[in-house]
Amino acid sequence: MFFAVVGKSLLTARRLSPTLPPVRGNLAKTFHLANISAFRHAAVPKSYTDQLGRKLFLALLTVQGLGAFALITLGVILKKHRVARGVMRPRVRHEINRAGVALLPMFFFIALALGFLVVGQTVSALAQVGATSYLGSTMVIVIVRELGPLLTATLVLARVGTANVIELGTARALGEVEALEALGIDPVHYLIVPRVIGMAAGIFSLTIYLIIGALASGYLWVFFYFQDVSLTPSDYFKQIAEALNWLDFALLALKTMAFGFFIAIVTCYHGLAQPLRLEDVSRVAVRAVTQGVVVCVLIDAIFIVLYLVT
Amino acid sequence: MSDTTSNPAVVEMRAASICTLRDSSLTVVENVNWLVASGEFWVVAGQQQSGKSDLLMTAAGLLLPSNGSCRVFGCETDAFGEAQLDERLRVGFVFAGGKLFSQLTVAENVALPLRYQKNLADAEVLREVETLLEIMELTPFANSTSANLATNWRQRAALARALILKPELLLLDQPLGGLGARHRQWLLHFLEQLQRGHEWFGGRPLTIIASTDDLRAWRNPQRKFTVLDEKTFSVLGLWNEVAASASHAVKELLAEPAGATM
Repeated sequence: MFFAVVGKSLLTARRLSPTLPPVRGNLAKTFHLANISAFRHAAVPKSYTDQLGRKLFLALLTVQGLGAFALITLGVILKKHRVARGVMRPRVRHEINRAGVALLPMFFFIALALGFLVVGQTVSALAQVGATSYLGSTMVIVIVRELGPLLTATLVLARVGTANVIELGTARALGEVEALEALGIDPVHYLIVPRVIGMAAGIFSLTIYLIIGALASGYLWVFFYFQDVSLTPSDYFKQIAEALNWLDFALLALKTMAFGFFIAIVTCYHGLAQPLRLEDVSRVAVRAVTQGVVVCVLIDAIFIVLYLVT
Repeated sequence: MSDTTSNPAVVEMRAASICTLRDSSLTVVENVNWLVASGEFWVVAGQQQSGKSDLLMTAAGLLLPSNGSCRVFGCETDAFGEAQLDERLRVGFVFAGGKLFSQLTVAENVALPLRYQKNLADAEVLREVETLLEIMELTPFANSTSANLATNWRQRAALARALILKPELLLLDQPLGGLGARHRQWLLHFLEQLQRGHEWFGGRPLTIIASTDDLRAWRNPQRKFTVLDEKTFSVLGLWNEVAASASHAVKELLAEPAGATM
């Protein structure tokens, strides 16, 4: 399998410490991925350049670890999609519910707020200067391409990503991951794959709902609050529809699923791959959320380039 | 090495160095030469931090020896991977404290290996799980999560989870740790039944390896004993040899004052 081979080669290249536990399978790989604790816990270097160098090195190791973990997970998703369906399907459904359906009430509220804060005020401002013809393209850029996906990803990261780190970190600290290995169950397949699929599907769906909700509620705010705006609903939605093209739909789907995939990877990596003690779990959760935000911004930047190029 | 027997070897270690799960640079037991034959009951004794758990995990193929070799059912554990899943599933492992999955109930914990590995219909899984829970007197706790279980029952549920796939080799890490007297007796009696051939296994005898830091409870002329002390693995043999041992480590494990005789 391509992904497994590339992931493995990344790991092979990473022989940085002789203290890697000689366990097997994907659990072994996760131990390898977490092999940056030696750097984290080493004595603080005296010079600022040394400290900067260490930070940089740690960042590169984290990127390498995350990349390898992502490839391993992708390999497991493709290779084991038929394995233990009776166990995995309910787990995937549970994760989709947790990262999607269960968050709908919160997203309803966020859509109302976003509609008021961004859409309503924008429509009103554009109407005041007679620039309502720019409304469609403005809404598509602001809500559809940027704010909708990024806000959704950030909220799901905060609500579900944090829970992922804590659950997996606790499971790891309590030895449940070793117990899975002892039963011949691949921890990456059992613990990570449902979370990755659930979060990718959840963020994709919630983004769609958030965008529709924000655009609709935005117009309602305008209608009820700024009653002097002479923009009919049909004009409003027609402009938005005309500003959208097939690429927006395709890139929106790709982007939201990439957000979900990588948020799950970052949070699961920190929860599962680190040899944690219970007292480490909260610290690791904070680090995972920070890195999750950074990853989302980087993915967003890549998609901005894609939008500009296309 | 243990006495050679006519039974096939289940676990075979040659000049194996055992390292810890958290740090492979730390060798806890050196130069282990050990042959466990089919149907035998071994007790691995040692003080805390002597490497009992790591030795058992190595024997189960969950950890690799840092030096030497370890074969389980004739298969080198270095080569254990997805392709050797059938071999791996011939080994059951009960961790110290049980390590039940905290999100699942007892019945779900026991059913998980069966549902994941065997792809059986729900009704069949349910029947198997109910039978095993009944045998192990766990039926009243079937819907309890591990957090709501006392240590006695948690350990028993972990044993049930290890047995559901009907392994041929059963390894138990500190199975008597934290158990009350009644549960200790029940477990020792149950392990004897497993070794002789329990109805759950269709009368097939099980090979058992258990670790302990107190040898007294394991007194039995049929069992074989080893001791871990100061990174050294020593095969003592049967109980009469344990009782006759003048080793300070053995006397400590028997909770006897040094110099006392049995």
